[in-house]
Amino acid sequence: MLEFDDIQHILLTRTPALTGRYEFLSFGSRAGGQAWLSGILETVRSVADVRASVDQDKRWVTVAFTWNGLRALGVPEASLATFPEEFKQGMVARAEMLGDTGVNHPDHWVGDLASPGLHAIVILFARNAEEHKRCISAHRKLLAQCEGVKVLSSLDLEATPPFDYAHDHFGYRDRLSQPVMEGSGEEPTPGSGAPLKPGEFILGYPDEDGPPANLPQPEILARNGSYLAYRRLQEHVGAFRDFLRQHGQTPEEQEFIAAKLMGRWRSGAPLVLAPDQDDPALGADMQRNNDFNYKEMDPHGYAIPLGAHCRRMNPRDTAANMNRRRMIRRGATYGPPLPEEAPEDGVERGIAAFVICASLIRQFEFAQNVWINDPNFHELGNERDPIIGTQDGTFEFKIPRRPIRKKITGLPAFTTVRGGAYFFLPGLKALRYLTTVCRAEEAGLQVAESISLQPQGSAKS
Amino acid sequence: MTATAKPAASKPAVAKQGDWTKPAAMAIPKEGFFKLEQGRYGPIFPKTPACYGFTIIAKIKPGREQAIREYGKKIEDTIAALPDGLAVLKLHYLRWVLFDIGKDTYFMYQGIFDTDFDKYTEDAVALFSKYGINTVFENLEGFPEDWKTNPAAFVKFAREHQCPSFLEYGEYPYVSADEIKKALKLKAAFSDMLDQMQ
Repeated sequence: MLEFDDIQHILLTRTPALTGRYEFLSFGSRAGGQAWLSGILETVRSVADVRASVDQDKRWVTVAFTWNGLRALGVPEASLATFPEEFKQGMVARAEMLGDTGVNHPDHWVGDLASPGLHAIVILFARNAEEHKRCISAHRKLLAQCEGVKVLSSLDLEATPPFDYAHDHFGYRDRLSQPVMEGSGEEPTPGSGAPLKPGEFILGYPDEDGPPANLPQPEILARNGSYLAYRRLQEHVGAFRDFLRQHGQTPEEQEFIAAKLMGRWRSGAPLVLAPDQDDPALGADMQRNNDFNYKEMDPHGYAIPLGAHCRRMNPRDTAANMNRRRMIRRGATYGPPLPEEAPEDGVERGIAAFVICASLIRQFEFAQNVWINDPNFHELGNERDPIIGTQDGTFEFKIPRRPIRKKITGLPAFTTVRGGAYFFLPGLKALRYLTTVCRAEEAGLQVAESISLQPQGSAKS
Repeated sequence: MTATAKPAASKPAVAKQGDWTKPAAMAIPKEGFFKLEQGRYGPIFPKTPACYGFTIIAKIKPGREQAIREYGKKIEDTIAALPDGLAVLKLHYLRWVLFDIGKDTYFMYQGIFDTDFDKYTEDAVALFSKYGINTVFENLEGFPEDWKTNPAAFVKFAREHQCPSFLEYGEYPYVSADEIKKALKLKAAFSDMLDQMQ
């Protein structure tokens, strides 16, 4: 049974937010960090809370910590040591393997995200601009009361118009293929596969391989927690549109190239089901738009090229062990939209997204290292993900077709990584525990004695 | 040009990947790689003219030789019943050898395959568990008891017992098993076509 009243809402709910803000924090002292956490805690809602009140709520808050952040909050060394190696190392140390090289390298990241002083993220999603403003001001007040807590940077999120469906700055419809957990009360859409064991995403539950194993200690800290891999990806909309114009004479041909790169038309309609022309009604229909496979329906990639983004990010029935590689995605777009006929304006815009999973190395890092950046994925020889792969102009993109395939060489980069980090997303009890935890060496107490199960102060009951 | 010896870390001039017509050999530094490149679980070993591969050598627990030998037959039967069982591993060949050094018996697991092992580690662990290949590993000294739930421990064992080649050779360098199978299928299709035209 999933403990909906302890799991942070972001794991299981989507909120009707049109705006938002991420703030990245550093704690100068344990006391300051804990005071901040105690103060923000009352705004952090569980899945159960949000499910009950989402229609009335105006804002939704999530908090998560880096490994350094857990240490700054006073988590004992013995406990810190039980976290997985990749989380301890952090995203910066894993850059080469993740493909964060060249202009994507952490040396070029913005907002101090590559700093070891990055301790926490607070994710705000708000229903409207007014609430966004009010929340920022409320957070300012809280920060002013917490000594030594510094905002390293922040990023404002804005949905990209038109607002009737989620899409990125390139115009691709988003949120089409999300895994569903057993016991979550959600039904997977046709083609999305059976619900997965919750342990694939939430610590403390059985996963697709059996009972939970190797969880961080103590249990109160790990239970109902998860990991967030944050990625701030700049989208080079001007370069993307130039590329489409270069490879398509007519708007129809340009749409066709855009669809081949993604594997779906920008409307969301998958090429397996709509191979020759767009079908916006199909794209918008969640009962149909994910209902396809590759092995029988498109083994050679005549519809969706073998190296297309959606085929790489979810190879469906053409990869082994798929149920152990799934990820939950959350996030939003940032930056102003680039008007259709406007040239590139140099303003940064993109997506700031979270991959949520129970194992960063097995899920997020695998996807990044193998599915996205392995040049030989599906025996392609010299390709990387055309949308989010590490592109330096030396890779190609092949579009299978009869009688002879089309090969685009020297694919440019349409995205650049501008920042990222690994965070631990604790459950609500764990957050309360973190407001009181202290090192045995500081307090002269045993670790176990520092655990408090009681809600603190004004925590929501 | 000076007479200075080439540093061991520089990559030798060999047939380019994709040129299967020119047999090639590659001498490999002692560490097993030319340039330290981190994978998810540790350094990545290079692709050579003989593709990717490993040679794991480990001492077996005393008295387990017969159990391991008998296991060979079980794998034979498993593959006969499920020919695609190991397809995920993109293998060319596996060689399992038992040999003695003094009073001890050692097991050598040599695999030649087309994917860098680091990339598909968890898939390999899952397969080993599914087909009981673990039975062999569990007869080796030092094999981690929690290997099923701890791919990192499994990888650590494999890396600690990996003996990198110092030379690898390919008569048709860098060619993948899939490419070979495609070529043979094509040959069969042409042959069939010619028969049909008689």
